[in-house]
Amino acid sequence: MRNPVVLRIAAALVSGLVFGLGLSLSGMLDPSRVRGFLDVAGAWDPSLAFVLGGAVAVAALGNLVAQRMAKPVLDAQFHLPPRHPIDGRLLAGSAIFGIGWGIGGLCPGPALASLSLGLPATVWFVLAMAAGMIGHDRFAGPKT
Amino acid sequence: MNGYLLSLSGGMLIGLSAVILMLANGRVAGISGIAGRLLQGLQSGVGAAFIIGLVFGPIVYRALSGSWPAVTVETGTPLLVVAGLLVGFGSRMGSGCTSGHGVVGLARLSPRSIAAVLTFLSTAVLTVFLMGILA
Repeated sequence: MRNPVVLRIAAALVSGLVFGLGLSLSGMLDPSRVRGFLDVAGAWDPSLAFVLGGAVAVAALGNLVAQRMAKPVLDAQFHLPPRHPIDGRLLAGSAIFGIGWGIGGLCPGPALASLSLGLPATVWFVLAMAAGMIGHDRFAGPKT
Repeated sequence: MNGYLLSLSGGMLIGLSAVILMLANGRVAGISGIAGRLLQGLQSGVGAAFIIGLVFGPIVYRALSGSWPAVTVETGTPLLVVAGLLVGFGSRMGSGCTSGHGVVGLARLSPRSIAAVLTFLSTAVLTVFLMGILA
């Protein structure tokens, strides 16, 4: 009697928890350190490059395992995003995202995780981020 | 542990999180994608579970280490609201952020993700540089 939906929800909960724990340990939760990492021309703090390096290395190992699996453990197939094309929406959206990331030092993961600290500034950021996501998906999503 | 080792260990945990979601559910651990679909009312059960786990991460960290992780916001709230709007809009338009493109996409050597990461790193570095000049 294994219910795959319940197990998928449990796996997502564990994955989110490990993600939030990793962000907390890494220093990535701290917007001032993130901006220090981005301040290449100033007092550059390169330590956060190790966050990306460690994360990509482990994820790449997992990717090698996934490529040898016909399907994931709890679902009938892998749900992978396309690798092509590099189009205007990808580049413009990423450019806009980067400007916002530079201004505040917050990207979606750390912003959501830091909600648990209850700081008004990050709560405002998350509300604005949600509004930006809804605004895009309602009014500026891809025309199909 | 020094800062570099903490960053590396934390990064490896983030990678492990992505591996769990990929091998178990076959999904990319991309926060903007999960949050965006959740706001559209799609995949609400698994999406909500991931976000709840994410928010509980720092609480577990505090229980294990005895202190909250540092969160120092140096940007004023009005500007932070502008930043939030740009991050939300841009990450949805570009189909990903630092996690989906930055971690999972780079690990898959996806050309789209490599282009996205180079683009958002460039504009973020440029933004911090320009704000430093204007300040």
